[in-house]
Amino acid sequence: MANIIKQKMMALAGDQAVAYAAKQSDVDVVAAYPITPQTIIVEKFSEYVANGEVETEFVCTESEHSAMSASLAASVTGARAFTATASAGLALMHEMLFVTSGCRAPVVMAIANRALSAPLNIHGDHSDSMAQRDSGWIQMYAENSQEAYDSIIQAFKIGEDSNVLLPVMVGLDGFTLSHTLENVETLSDEVVQQFIGIRKIPNVLTHEDKQSPFRLDPKNPMTMGPIALQNYYFEFKRQQEEAMKNALEAIQDVNKNYGDLTGRKYGNGLVDAYNLKDAEVAAICLGSTAGTMKTIVDKLRKEGIKAGLLRIRTFRPFPSKAIKSALRNVKAIAVMDKSMSFGGNGGPAYHEIRHVLYDSESKPFIVNYIYGLGGRDTSPTQLRTIYDDLQQILKNQTIEEPIKYLGLRE
Amino acid sequence: MTAKEWKFTSKDIANKPDLFLSGHRACAGCAPATVLKLVMKATRGPTIVTEATGCMEVVSSIYPYTSWATPWLHTAFETAAANASGIEAALKIMKKKGRISKEHVDVIAIAGDGGTFDIGLQALSGAVERGHDFLFLLYDNEAYMNTGIQRSGGTPHGAATTTSPAGRAVPGKLEYKKPLADIMIAHDMEYVATASPYYWRDLITKVRKGLEVEGPAFLHVFAPCPRGWRSNPAKSIEYSKLAVETCVFPVWEAVNGEYKLSIPSKVLSLAPQRKKPVSDYLKGQGRFRHMFKPENKALLEEVQRITDKRWQKLLKKCNLP
Ligand SMILES: Cc1ncc(C[n+]2csc(CCOP(=O)(O)OP(=O)(O)O)c2C)c(N)n1
Repeated sequence: MANIIKQKMMALAGDQAVAYAAKQSDVDVVAAYPITPQTIIVEKFSEYVANGEVETEFVCTESEHSAMSASLAASVTGARAFTATASAGLALMHEMLFVTSGCRAPVVMAIANRALSAPLNIHGDHSDSMAQRDSGWIQMYAENSQEAYDSIIQAFKIGEDSNVLLPVMVGLDGFTLSHTLENVETLSDEVVQQFIGIRKIPNVLTHEDKQSPFRLDPKNPMTMGPIALQNYYFEFKRQQEEAMKNALEAIQDVNKNYGDLTGRKYGNGLVDAYNLKDAEVAAICLGSTAGTMKTIVDKLRKEGIKAGLLRIRTFRPFPSKAIKSALRNVKAIAVMDKSMSFGGNGGPAYHEIRHVLYDSESKPFIVNYIYGLGGRDTSPTQLRTIYDDLQQILKNQTIEEPIKYLGLRE
Repeated sequence: MTAKEWKFTSKDIANKPDLFLSGHRACAGCAPATVLKLVMKATRGPTIVTEATGCMEVVSSIYPYTSWATPWLHTAFETAAANASGIEAALKIMKKKGRISKEHVDVIAIAGDGGTFDIGLQALSGAVERGHDFLFLLYDNEAYMNTGIQRSGGTPHGAATTTSPAGRAVPGKLEYKKPLADIMIAHDMEYVATASPYYWRDLITKVRKGLEVEGPAFLHVFAPCPRGWRSNPAKSIEYSKLAVETCVFPVWEAVNGEYKLSIPSKVLSLAPQRKKPVSDYLKGQGRFRHMFKPENKALLEEVQRITDKRWQKLLKKCNLP
C-alpha cells in the first residue's frame, strides 16, 4: 500500500462523479440523451464540452435509441464511446444493446438506476438494468459515488481488453447515489489516462488471412454487422459467451491493478464480501443498499450474531465461482432484489443465486426479499428483520415464506 | 454549392473499380442493386457506408461473404442516420487527436423506403438537424420488400401490397405517398435531390454533389422492384424511365431550398405534350392491375389527378409555368 498515488478529494454527486470519470478517460465520442436521474451526467459533460475542457465529440441525439446507435457506430469506427441513461431510456435502447454487444463494441454506459413505467416513477430501483441482463453487456453496480467514479474508469479498461471486447454498463442507484453529494477521491487526468491508455484496436484475421484492424477503416475495408444465418450465427453468440468468461478475469485484474494504484479495491472486483468468513446468516444485495447493510452487520456482530453480507458488484458475467466460494459456510441466505421478475417466483438476483447454490454441498436455506421498488425507502429497522428472519429459519430449520416484500402495504 | 461540377465520361465510370461488387444475392431485375452500383461509382475518395436493415443490406452481406469493397456497417432497421452520426463524429475527433490520417472520409447512409419514410425518419431528422456531414441515400422501391412486400409511407396510392391488398372492399393502399424529399428540404438542407437509375449520369452526378456538401445531403432514388411490383424483371429500368416521363417521379434538385428540375423532367415542363399518361407507367405492374378493372376507374383517375397536382406544385416551386 506504500505506493498509493496522491489523490484529490472532491465533493461530487454520483452523476457528477461519473461525468468527471468519463471526462478524465479521454472519451472520443459521447452520444447521449437526457433522462432523470441520469440527466446531470449529460449536462455536466455538455458543460465540459462548452468550456473546452474535453476533446470529445458530443452528439446530443434525438433519442436514446439513436444515442446507442451512434455510440456503437463511433465505437466500431475506432473511437472510445461513452453514454449514459436510465429507465425508459435504457428500455428504448433495448434493441441496440444486443447489436452493440453483438458487434463487440466496447461502449461504456452509466445507468442511474430507475424504476420503469407504468405507473411513471422517477426514483431508484434496478428494474431498468435487470431487464437488460441478457443483452450481452457486462453489468456492474456501484455501492457509492466513489465506486461509480472508479468503475467508469475501470469499465473502459475492461471492455476494451482484446480478450473481452464487450460493452459495459455501470449502475448507480438513482437519487440515492446519482444526486447525493459525497467526498470522492479523484485521480489526476494523467494518471487516469495512463491507467486506461489510448484505445487499442485489436487485429482480426480476414478472409484473405491478413491481419486487419477491427474497425471501419477505409484502408482495410471490413463488413461489420452482417447477416449471419443458420450456418454461422450460433458461433457468433458462442464467442460472446467466451468473452464474458474472459471478462471475469479482466475485471479481477483491473480491480487489483486499480487497487494497487489507488488503495481502493472492491472485493475481488466481482463480489465484495463483508464479515462472511464465519457467518451463519448472510444477506446478498447490489448497489447502495450494501452501505446500510454493513452497519447492520456491525450491530449484529456486536450482539454476537454471526451475520455477513455479500455484495454482488458484477452481475454480468455472473460470478458463480466467487459467490459459491464466498457463501460456502453460510447456512441461511437472504437475496435482496430491487426489481421484480413478474410471475417468475422471485427476483433476478434470487434466481441466479439459487441456481449457483443448487449443487453446493452446504445446501443453505435461501430466501428472497423484494424491496425498494420505485424508490420506496427501506429503513435500517426493516432491513434488520431480514437477519432476524434468517435466524428464525435456522432455528426452525424451515422456510415459511420464501419470497417476501419488504416495506410494502399488503 | 461552390465545388466545381464533376465531369466524367462513361469510360471513367466503367474503369472505376466497383465498391459494390457483383455476386450479391439480389433478384434478377433488382433496380436497387443497380442504384447502389452506380452510387458507389460516384465516390471521390475513402468512403464508409452504413446501411439500414432491408433487401440491400441482406443481399450484400450474407456472412462470410460481402459485396462491399469499402468499410460497411449495418446495425438495425431504423438506425442508418444515427450510425452515420456516430461514424462522422468518430472520424472527426480521431482526426483531431491524430489517431487516424487527416484524409477526408465520406460517409453514406443507405436505407430503403421503410428505413427512411417510416421507422428511420426520426433518426434521419435528428441527424440532419445536428448537421452531420453525410449523404443519406434512399433507394425507394415503394414497400417493405425484404419482409415480403408490405406497404410503407412511400407506397403510392392504389398500390396493392401484402398489408394493403386489393380486396373486394378496399382497392389497395388508400393513403398517398409521403412527400419525403420536401420534408427534408424543410430541414433547411443544402442539397436535396431526386433521381432515377434510367438517367444514370444524372444519378451519379447528384451523388457526387451530395458528397461534396459539407453537411447533410439527401438523395431520393427511384428503384423498381420486380418481385414487389409484380413486374417484368427485364423492365425495371424502363419503369424508371416511365415514372419520370409520366411525372409520377419527377427528377429535380434543390440547392439551399431552390428547386430546379433536372433535364429529363425539365423537358416535360417545356413540352407538356410529351408528358405521358400515368396508365403507361401503371400498366404491366401487377401491384396496379386491379386499377384497370372498370369498377376501379375512379382510382385510376385519382392517381392521374394527384400526379398532375403534385407536378403542378413542383413546377410552381421551380418557378415554372
Ligand atoms: C425494428 C424492426 N422492425 C421490423 C423489422 C423487420 N424488417 C426488416 S427489413 C423490413 C423492411 C425493409 O423495408 P425497406 O426499408 O423499404 O427496404 P427494402 O427491404 O424494401 O429494400 C422490415 C419491416 C426489423 N428488422 N426491425
